[in-house]
Amino acid sequence: MTMFEALLAPPYGGYVAILLMTAATYLCRASGVIFMSRVRIGPRLARALRALPGSIVVGTVLPVAAQSGAPAFIGVAAAVAVMATTRIEVLAMAAGLAGVAAARALGL
Amino acid sequence: MHRLAAASHHRTGHGLTRPPFTLAGTLLGARLVIPLLPGVIVFGSAFGTAASQKGLTLWETLAFSAFVFAGASQMVALEIWTDVWTLAGLLTLVVVTTTVNARMILMGAAIQPWMAGMTRTQLAGTTFMMTDSNWLIGSRYRSEGGSDRAVLFGSGLALWVSWVAATAPGHLAGSLIENPEAFGLDLVMVMFFSAMIVPMWKGPRPAIPWIVAGATALVAQQLLGGYAFIVIGALAGALTGAFIDDDV
Repeated sequence: MTMFEALLAPPYGGYVAILLMTAATYLCRASGVIFMSRVRIGPRLARALRALPGSIVVGTVLPVAAQSGAPAFIGVAAAVAVMATTRIEVLAMAAGLAGVAAARALGL
Repeated sequence: MHRLAAASHHRTGHGLTRPPFTLAGTLLGARLVIPLLPGVIVFGSAFGTAASQKGLTLWETLAFSAFVFAGASQMVALEIWTDVWTLAGLLTLVVVTTTVNARMILMGAAIQPWMAGMTRTQLAGTTFMMTDSNWLIGSRYRSEGGSDRAVLFGSGLALWVSWVAATAPGHLAGSLIENPEAFGLDLVMVMFFSAMIVPMWKGPRPAIPWIVAGATALVAQQLLGGYAFIVIGALAGALTGAFIDDDV
């Protein structure tokens, strides 16, 4: 076994893999921040950035809910309704999870 | 929240204002994370259990959660985990990790204007702690007029501690809850994201990009599968935002 092969086998291989994943993930975390700190933000880019948070949220929720089916949509509706009326996150989360659990218990 | 948002700015030696980064902000961030903790703990332990089933040692599992700190990509990585790695295997791992976590590039870009003025250490630490829910907590706090950047760091730190801590019992004793799906806990992030749409709502016009993002993401998911749909949908939303006037 060469030294290189030994590095990719136990007990080191797992840590090498974790290290590479750490680097890839930190690069994802940092690259958007670094890139934006180097460009001048004009009015058009500012509008795009303002639209981004909501776009990420809806672009995540909708496909994941569609994949999970009716219980997910019932949960989403419950969470949004409770948040809109109470503005208390804990209650909204509880309502959402209860909605999913109830719909699944009913076999939806 | 607004009381702390009004915290005074620190003056630097040059008379320039440096935006606040305080202990109070760190604690506020940690408090805002509380509704999410049940989900984080259950899924941290589920990751620990899955990792032990794949043959990872306790220390490997803890290092995994502590350094990578990105749940979805950790779970997906276990699918392709192996005892003996090859270069091709490692390359696949890096590509899969980057695909699952590419949404963080956009999240970082969206929140960067708020991070301007941080010291190098604050910036490095806050960037490391940035994950979906605390990014959203920070974005909301900022959109409501908050200025303390430590809210982003504190909420990330609280999530990190819970995520890493939950990994150990999961590895040692098996998952804390046998069937998290029965309690809807697999959708805890989706519920949190949905609830957060409410305070983000500023009227129908600024929501047009969101609808474009949602529709594009749905189509991308149907056509491509995988995880690329988040980034594709979000880019479509941002592009739409760039070309419409979002004044309410």
